[in-house]
Amino acid sequence: MSRETSTIQRRKERLDRGIKVRTEGLYALTSWREMFYLLVPRTLLIFGLLLSPFFLEMYWQRVLCQAGIYALLALGFDFLAEYVGLVCLGGAFFIGSGAYLSGLLNAKLGWAPFFTIPIATVAGAVISTLVLLPCLRLRGIYFAIISFMFPLLTVYIIIALNIFGGTEGITALATFPNIWVDQYLILGGVIIALFALRRLVTEDIGLILRSIKDNDQAVKASGISITSYKTKAVFIAALLGCFGGAYLSHLYGWVGISQFALDYSILPIAATVMGGMGTLVGPVIGAFILTPLSEALRGFGQMRVVVYCLILIGFIVYKPEGLMNVLQRKYHQFEHWEEV
Amino acid sequence: MGEGIFLQVKGITKSFGGVMAVKDMSFEIARGEILGVIGPNGSGKTTLVNLITGFVKPDSGEVFFKHKKITGLPPHKIADLGVTRTFQIMRPYHSLPAFKNLIVPLNSPRIRRTRGGKLGDKDGVAIDILEEIGFERDAYVPYKIASSLPLGYLKRLELARCLALKPEVVICDEIFSGLSMSEISTMVPLIEKLQMEGMTIMMIEHRLRELFRLVNRVMVMNFGEKLAEGVPEEVMENKEVREAYLGTEAALC
Amino acid sequence: MNILIYGTVNSIIFALVAVGFTLVYGVSRLPNFAHGALYVLVGFLTWSMVNDFKLFYPFAILISLGISSLLGALIYRLVLIRLRGLPTSEIIASFAVGLIILEGLRLQGIGGFKGFIGPFYVLPSFIDAKIKIAGVLIDAQRLIVMLGGLAVVVSIWLFTHHTKTGLSLRAIAQDEQAAMMLGIDSDRAAIISLSIGSALAGLAAVIILPLGNVTAEAGYRILINALAVCIIGGLGSWAGAVLASFVLGFAMIISTALFGSVWESVVLVGAIILILIFKPSGLLGKQKELEERV
Ligand SMILES: Nc1ncnc2c1ncn2[C@@H]1O[C@H](COP(=O)(O)OP(=O)(O)OP(=O)(O)O)[C@@H](O)[C@H]1O
Ligand SMILES: [Mg+2]
Repeated sequence: MSRETSTIQRRKERLDRGIKVRTEGLYALTSWREMFYLLVPRTLLIFGLLLSPFFLEMYWQRVLCQAGIYALLALGFDFLAEYVGLVCLGGAFFIGSGAYLSGLLNAKLGWAPFFTIPIATVAGAVISTLVLLPCLRLRGIYFAIISFMFPLLTVYIIIALNIFGGTEGITALATFPNIWVDQYLILGGVIIALFALRRLVTEDIGLILRSIKDNDQAVKASGISITSYKTKAVFIAALLGCFGGAYLSHLYGWVGISQFALDYSILPIAATVMGGMGTLVGPVIGAFILTPLSEALRGFGQMRVVVYCLILIGFIVYKPEGLMNVLQRKYHQFEHWEEV
Repeated sequence: MGEGIFLQVKGITKSFGGVMAVKDMSFEIARGEILGVIGPNGSGKTTLVNLITGFVKPDSGEVFFKHKKITGLPPHKIADLGVTRTFQIMRPYHSLPAFKNLIVPLNSPRIRRTRGGKLGDKDGVAIDILEEIGFERDAYVPYKIASSLPLGYLKRLELARCLALKPEVVICDEIFSGLSMSEISTMVPLIEKLQMEGMTIMMIEHRLRELFRLVNRVMVMNFGEKLAEGVPEEVMENKEVREAYLGTEAALC
Repeated sequence: MNILIYGTVNSIIFALVAVGFTLVYGVSRLPNFAHGALYVLVGFLTWSMVNDFKLFYPFAILISLGISSLLGALIYRLVLIRLRGLPTSEIIASFAVGLIILEGLRLQGIGGFKGFIGPFYVLPSFIDAKIKIAGVLIDAQRLIVMLGGLAVVVSIWLFTHHTKTGLSLRAIAQDEQAAMMLGIDSDRAAIISLSIGSALAGLAAVIILPLGNVTAEAGYRILINALAVCIIGGLGSWAGAVLASFVLGFAMIISTALFGSVWESVVLVGAIILILIFKPSGLLGKQKELEERV
């Protein structure tokens, strides 16, 4: 007995607008319309970020600065995880080393932020890379474990040995002249880092890194030392984090063990997963969404960690592609329902 | 040609847990020679390749390349010296065009050195290499996405990845397997051409008929040990070899 | 003598903490970053049951161990099962679960929940007494730690080497595909290993925690110690984990005796860095993580 099914089977039909595909490497733009179509999201993002300070109150301007730091970390995490295959659970280590270095330089030597930030960025990245170097030779989860342990262990050591100001931290550091410098410094950093990384991953080095993630045996057989490339990648990610840290120390005029706090390790990861791993833009957007959210929850103590962990798990299990990938698909393809 | 030993393996042994994958193997390859290696499945051929190219560390024994000991060096150093290999299980970079797959070897220190630091138009070089190995440029094959290529091209791509490194020794691990007769017959001249250009080649193969057309010498492996070595006709006369192959691939030859 | 006894106790504490993590990783290649959180959770559960619900202590322990192993199974069933084969996601997800538990325990003001903050949460010792061994005065709980730890390690060994379930778990650890062909279900094995592993985390908690107080922060420390033991011993290696526990346990006690307890963390970091530089696969680690089948 066959019963008539009244429900009409429907499926989603997707049609590519054909812009993305043609632009991949060939740049065959045929009309101003297509050009416009490609430029709009980029311009929106850049101007959105650059103009946002004008629409925010003092308090949220501060949050914006925080979000910028998280965005840098998220960028670094995404770059390492998706393009090199290294899961870094210790973004806080980058922040911490950048922050302590610039703090020490400022407090002990009296150097101005204008000098301490670049120096701390580079020196902090060198230190972080050196510390992580031994586990770069190993495959699998070693990197995740070690990068998870180091920030926490560093806190234990700072407390136990009572160095660098112990639990008190280093206070009375120089701050930036005004809130506009605060904001544009970090926003500029984020935008430069974003577009530089996007460029980097399509260059040869990005290609080699992705090949290492995909098939490291073939890369070794091609006469390339994978450790040296991984080292470079970690250094790049560390640069972003250490810049964030150095900036942070002068933002609040204070350095302390809370700069090694888990927030700096976990929020960027949540932002990346939420924004869409591998898109680089996604993590930045994720950070600018999650940071205000977590700030709104600050009154509830540990609530914010719980919330962004829940968001993280929700996305990773149910929507692993993340926001940005969905948006990109919607943007580049027409979708409509079709009856079958 | 043939003067002296180019690649020498001395008493190399490797066991995985209880399995003796390679047992006390010794042999030599002369410059410009093609050595065939045959043996039933699981006889340790791939492990031998891994041992020579540094992907697996031997329990004992040594490998010399141009009288320089290369055992213990990491794989990329060995490749850097000019000993490259293909992989039995190919994993090309699927989402990229075929020629972009060669960007990795073209960025290697070995290539940098030979070009005096200037790399020039890498894409162009990559496409030239691919064209030479049978990717028809007129049909835009080098520009096709790797995942859309048929197996025959993927095997060539794997070989091209080695050749992009301008190697001195190429070790091919079953580059004919899974290919049709016609595909193989287009690859055989390629290998012959490589030999004419002075390349030293070690070929691991199950397709004996095609292999014997190419090689100067063959070596037979069974249970990790060398069973016989010599010119193809002699070796196949060998009683032990016939026994080892009986029932498995007796139909061939 | 002092050093010998306290070193042994300390080593066994390390081993107890690490054995659950090693079991899970060894069997299902899942790094259970929620390990430390489960440890702390059992501590607080037991404490609540004894103090708030006035349950009989051993009962409370049994119930909270049950809850912990159930949670372990649930973590796999609800979250990790969808992420198999994606190491990045596995690590992140289990880490996030752990954070939810740990930070959730410190939540305040939701549904009248006060949050476990501060040093007031102390589990009672099993036997309150001090015993003299070879001239060293030692409290009974430390002896229990010693014996309990030994019992756990030995019974895990017996379980994995002499029972059918244990043997099939080990088969999975060695060659998943072959084991699957023999009809051993890797999902079931992962669930079993995670629930046993979580129960072990809990067991470690109830044995060790009476020595001090229960705090949520301890969760991170415990996870770090477990990870350190596994890295130094060789990921997934049983004997390695036990050996590393003794190395670390004694190294810490000796450094404490010589330089003071502040150097503990330095010793830990030093040991990890040394091992990564000189023998990255760990003391008894097989080269598995380094060398893949080509
Ligand atoms: N990494 C490894 N770990 C454990 N055992 C291995 C490993 N690599 C190879 N073996 C074992 O060593 C033996 C030889 O394997 P190998 O791959 O070298 O054979 P082969 O001659 O290349 O076979 P085929 O013709 O199928 O390619 C096999 O029994 C195999 O199971
Ligand atoms: Mg083989």
